[in-house]
Amino acid sequence: MGTSFGRGGATTFQQDLQNSDCIVIMGSNMAENHPVGFQWVMEARERGAKFIHVDPRFTRTSAVADLHVPLRPGTDIAFLGGIINYILENDRAFKEYVVNYTNAPVILKDDFEDTEDLNGFFSGWHEDKNGYTFETWQYKGMDLHGAAGQREGESSLAKMEAFRQREDALKHGEPPNMDKTLQHPRCVYQVLKRHYARYTPETVARICGVKPEQLLEVAQAMCDNSGRDRTSAFAYSVAWTQHTFGVQMIRSAAIIQLLLGNIGRPGGGIMALRGHASIQGSTDIPTLFNILPGYIPMPHAKAHHSLKHFIESEGAKTGYWGNLDKYTVSLLKAWYGEHATDENDYCFDLLPRISGDHSTYRSMMGMIDGKVKGFFCCGENPAVGSANAGLQRRALASLEWLVVRDFCEIESAAFWYDSPEIESGALKTEEIPTEVFWMPAAAHTEKDGSFTNTQRLLQWHHKAMDPPGDARSELWFYYHLGKKIKALVDERGDEPHADAIKFLTWDYPEKGAIREPDAHMVLREINGWDENGDALPAYTKLKADGSTACGCWIYCGAYKGEENQTARRKSRMEQSWVAPEWGWSWPDNRRIIYNRASADPDGKPWSQRKAYVWFDEVKGQWTGYDTPDFEKTKKPSYTPETGAQREDAIAGWHPFIMQDDGLGWLFVPNGIVDGPLPTYYEPHESPVKNLLYEQQSNPARQKFPRPFNEYNPSPSSEHGGQFPFVLYTYRLTEHHTAGGMSRTVPHLSELQPEMFCEVSPELAKLRGLEHGKWATIYTVRAVIEARVMITNRVQPIRLNGKTVHSVGMPYHWGRRGIVTGDSANDLLHIALDPNVHIQETKGLTCDILPGRRPRGKAMLEFMEEVRAKAHLEKA
Amino acid sequence: MEHERPVWPVMRQLTDGDPLALGSAAQSETTRKWRGRIADAKVTKSVCPFCAVGCGQLLYVKDEQLIQIEGDPDSPISRGHLCPKGAATRTMVQSPMREYKVKYRRPYGTKWEELSLDQAMDMIAERVLKTRRETWESKDEEGIDINRCYGIASLGGATLDNEENYVMKKLYTALGIVQVENQARI
Repeated sequence: MGTSFGRGGATTFQQDLQNSDCIVIMGSNMAENHPVGFQWVMEARERGAKFIHVDPRFTRTSAVADLHVPLRPGTDIAFLGGIINYILENDRAFKEYVVNYTNAPVILKDDFEDTEDLNGFFSGWHEDKNGYTFETWQYKGMDLHGAAGQREGESSLAKMEAFRQREDALKHGEPPNMDKTLQHPRCVYQVLKRHYARYTPETVARICGVKPEQLLEVAQAMCDNSGRDRTSAFAYSVAWTQHTFGVQMIRSAAIIQLLLGNIGRPGGGIMALRGHASIQGSTDIPTLFNILPGYIPMPHAKAHHSLKHFIESEGAKTGYWGNLDKYTVSLLKAWYGEHATDENDYCFDLLPRISGDHSTYRSMMGMIDGKVKGFFCCGENPAVGSANAGLQRRALASLEWLVVRDFCEIESAAFWYDSPEIESGALKTEEIPTEVFWMPAAAHTEKDGSFTNTQRLLQWHHKAMDPPGDARSELWFYYHLGKKIKALVDERGDEPHADAIKFLTWDYPEKGAIREPDAHMVLREINGWDENGDALPAYTKLKADGSTACGCWIYCGAYKGEENQTARRKSRMEQSWVAPEWGWSWPDNRRIIYNRASADPDGKPWSQRKAYVWFDEVKGQWTGYDTPDFEKTKKPSYTPETGAQREDAIAGWHPFIMQDDGLGWLFVPNGIVDGPLPTYYEPHESPVKNLLYEQQSNPARQKFPRPFNEYNPSPSSEHGGQFPFVLYTYRLTEHHTAGGMSRTVPHLSELQPEMFCEVSPELAKLRGLEHGKWATIYTVRAVIEARVMITNRVQPIRLNGKTVHSVGMPYHWGRRGIVTGDSANDLLHIALDPNVHIQETKGLTCDILPGRRPRGKAMLEFMEEVRAKAHLEKA
Repeated sequence: MEHERPVWPVMRQLTDGDPLALGSAAQSETTRKWRGRIADAKVTKSVCPFCAVGCGQLLYVKDEQLIQIEGDPDSPISRGHLCPKGAATRTMVQSPMREYKVKYRRPYGTKWEELSLDQAMDMIAERVLKTRRETWESKDEEGIDINRCYGIASLGGATLDNEENYVMKKLYTALGIVQVENQARI
């Protein structure tokens, strides 16, 4: 979403789904996994909206849908491509929106070549580097700036650097070569049309295993419910992200929503449904390797020698990223206070440099390879929850020291005496060197703080009581650990790069007997202050001269007026349905972002029914039900001077203010490493050959063939038939991720007591599986067992005269907790989306047998046999 | 005067102005004295810790004990609802499996040992500095300054507060630790 629209967050908010005329949920089982949010889908349906669920499995979400389309796991890009093709072939796009608000009219460089021309590759592919460079994907007359292009492994979760690399070549705010009639053969609209021409209902049906009529019904419903007077929405979850082409699935939805004019408008948008209380927050203020707070890139060894260099290469000249200098300097002032001065580049050199992909899967492999020796694990359980859990546990067993912070003794703390490897004898307790500190964590009821929910909304939770015993918040743990480290560094005086620690501002007020740091004051630092030390009201007030400090520029305003805005709790009964006084939403308390697009180019609502934000000619400002996501007094007719910079370069009719051209990107010229347009590929492991191209899988995907992460043979290989079934994992209503917060809870354990797998009656017959009895499921990585649930909810997919069976299973179980069971993640491999380094859990291959799995030594022997059949070497 | 009310409920329905027996007419002397378990508990506004819908929660504390968690009807997102997980939040906080003391396993050890919180904090601080020193990278292969500690990694954050993620990222970055990750990729 970052690359298409400019920000890596849901474009709308859950309550707004009620305004939708058509909702398509895909890659999500919202009714079961976000049940309370799902009420807004039901509200829309009560009001007459059409609700469609496209998903391999018939779930409770499907049960209340007007239409359920079961498709083969991992084929969503083909299905969505079919919708795009329908829109373009039948001329159903919302033309006025597309021509003015997207890059459809922009003419591309002459040397761009499509996957349709190059059999599954775009131009710019480098076989030796296993990746693309972006020169040929550019707008005509707007070339790449300097030595940009893909830097190895350096891609941000939000991809916000995408648009920062191009020369300042806008003419009066518009790209220099455009054809607003959309007829030029090299304009984005026509390129798109050719790219998707083969995604006909018949071809899509053959890839996805759906009926052509089903695709047409979905496409027609979306088109009929889009335009001036109607809007359609998408909602997705991790069944879109967890693929080796996950980003491109979301991009496909972005293209549809831009073509149909559904972004920035009530009842429209793309609702990203996230699975942890503050997963959006932990991306905004990232515990992620590649970004600093507010999606500022981490400095890179090869590219960022000085602050000036960093700003020049990562900042855009036009659009709001033109203010990267203000955001970065203010962050450094928050972290390094009086030590950060203009003379010393505001301590920019104290920041460490990244040099590639340092994501978690790399770290875990680094542990096995002896490079990573110490590990903190806080509220996460990789021994159950990460793909290829066996490799994760081997990584933990290779460490020098490990700190696990959780409520209970989870599998990631107990791996050294209780794990499948210990059970089979593959690892022995007395041979595992890891020193383990298990630290009891405080619950949300025992600490103050804010979560950022799935709609970018920060909500404060107040402490109700002190944490019991040694239980402490992470805030306490890291603050006091930092204090101890600072004291040791001061005392010793010979630690490397010690100024980075010594100069760090680290003085939050402490409260109560346990000396808990004041979370309000941490939020105040995140919000930032001006030269007088007063809390800043908005990010537009930040400066690059060192006079403002701000820990995360997109959260600036959360402590506006010295008041914790995230703690606002004005009842929904006392305010409008938008509820702007409940919590605080980034940016600047805007609930639907890019909402300037809810008005036409002249600033008037597209229709009264869909009015949201508009330009009030009398007052000379933008107004409406939400905070305008636009400069308040910028006229719709505002035409920038050629050469204008920062936000001044964004025309009054361009709603996507984070993009350097202010446009929604149908075609992404820079920033997505596996192609400017989504293209259909098979999952990394698939029993089916790619029908569209010779190229089977995403060529740019990250692969890690190494011991304990081997891959099942591909369908084209000699032993390809060994793993004939598709495997995918999912969640249940009653459990949470790796189970640390649910398998330890009596009620939830009673509701869902046992690990199971879902298979169709046909597959059960084929393999002799009995309902309620045990099944053994295996890949070349591992073998596990699960109770069999035979159900029509999982249907065999028929395509090209072939039947593809699937095995679905929840991934919540492990060996600890009130209820225990084998972990589905043991079966999974590590092969990642190249943009965001997310693993493929929704479409691998496996085999299934009746009965319980072998145990002890017999398990090792079984695996040797499986591997021998797949012609892999001995483990 | 209370004892003069009609004894028969149907009579009370007629005399109390409560013809449908939804209020006082349905009450007896005993039930009128009943009070909710949470009636005089202190209420704290909170947010559900499970998924990212962000349902409002009300925490009820009485005698230093968390006695109930309910959905917050004021919330514009959840309108008072909680799902099975959210409704089980109190049991999660008070899980029989939850532990409150630091546990320590020494290298190659075969059992857990006890450790005071303060001692554990001191030991962890020492481990961090030792590994930082041992795995410090000041320059890359081309002689470019990178100033980082490659020997320490971190995982977790999506279940934590923004303020916690902030101090984590701030401290790690100051220590030169770049392998900082969370559930966003899991």
